[in-house]
Amino acid sequence: MKNFLSSRSGIIIVGLMIGIIASLLQKLGNPANMGICVACFERDIAGALGLHRASVVQYLRPEIIGILLGATIISLIKGEFKPQGGSSTIIRFVLGFFAMIGALVFLGCPWRAFLRLAGGDLNAVLGIAGLITGIFAGTLFLRKGYNLGRSQPARSKINGWILPVIMIIFLFLLLAHFKPVFSSTTGPGSQRAPILISLIAGLVIGILAQRSRFCTMGSLRDIFIVKDFHLFSGVAAFAVSAFIMNLIFGQFRIGFQGQPVAHTQHLWNFLGMVLAGLAFSLAGGCPGRQLILSGEGDSDAGIFVIGMISGAAFAHNFSLASSPAGIGNYGAYITIAGLVFCTLIGFSMIEKRITRSQ
Amino acid sequence: MKQIDTRGLSCPQPVVLVNNEIQTGNVAFEVLLDSQASLENVARLLNKNKLKFEISDLGEHFIYHVNR
Repeated sequence: MKNFLSSRSGIIIVGLMIGIIASLLQKLGNPANMGICVACFERDIAGALGLHRASVVQYLRPEIIGILLGATIISLIKGEFKPQGGSSTIIRFVLGFFAMIGALVFLGCPWRAFLRLAGGDLNAVLGIAGLITGIFAGTLFLRKGYNLGRSQPARSKINGWILPVIMIIFLFLLLAHFKPVFSSTTGPGSQRAPILISLIAGLVIGILAQRSRFCTMGSLRDIFIVKDFHLFSGVAAFAVSAFIMNLIFGQFRIGFQGQPVAHTQHLWNFLGMVLAGLAFSLAGGCPGRQLILSGEGDSDAGIFVIGMISGAAFAHNFSLASSPAGIGNYGAYITIAGLVFCTLIGFSMIEKRITRSQ
Repeated sequence: MKQIDTRGLSCPQPVVLVNNEIQTGNVAFEVLLDSQASLENVARLLNKNKLKFEISDLGEHFIYHVNR
């Protein structure tokens, strides 16, 4: 049971390291305030596969491949690789879908929200406020008895291997520079740290996050539900270390205007993240955590990831995603629709608890 | 003794269920757990509430025997 990285000092060390790695990845070529962003990078993967044709955001990001496979490797070593699934699968798909929509209205997953803040982008304050609001709303459902039901151990181990194997295939396509895969030549999708460094960074993050159970959504949720600041101390360390590294690398610039891959529509920065936060909360993990769980063989988390990638495809095909110019043509409508959907799921999945006799 | 079966439940259900039990004032119950993350989370919650517990490892799952 001894697991140093899941102790208080352990989670803080993990947070510090992920912050340092993120800042380094930016220094080495990743987009600004996007050293690591699970939502953005899954969106880039959707683009690389041609699921959307926004030519500036297409790249089989090695960080995503690394994070998931890092979790697989370490969970196999530690005997925690456990193929399981079957808990409200299709609901998890749609939660992943809307989580991505919300993240792309704001322009970043929770990890990037903190990285944007650490880079001086004050628009992130609205996003983080939205994230807190959405997660808080989620905890209200959790308190009332919301849950997605039990998962079952998989009858065959192959259930747990689907996503890790897909990632191995992606890695092969990437290293072979397979021609049919789309690859941006301009824009954020073309800004990349060297492949091998990105891959190793992803593996390290995957291993650290698997051992420590690092989760941005969980960090806030645990405060609301049980006043537990354990995970939050890791997330705070993550933001602080990225901030310090950004100062060292000259990557810190404070303000609202002209921030990289960001817009200044405060209401939608806020509401986008309310939607994402609520969806993460109802699904039980931030995008990073869902990748880790997928790597451990949890096919429910795997479906959430596939839902996110599908959401990214829709977001760019139908002008739902924001850009530095502001929200997409239909970004506002889909955000509201997502909030209505998630609220509906929240109410429908409340389990009436039998009050204790005696 | 009351058993709280958290097997197959994803985060944060195990913590929520155990926390609900603690809120009722019960200090003697068993928790069935089957994931490492939940083992750590529930242990943290019990420690925070100064509840003592013994652990049985049944291979497929674990039981926390909580008894102050």
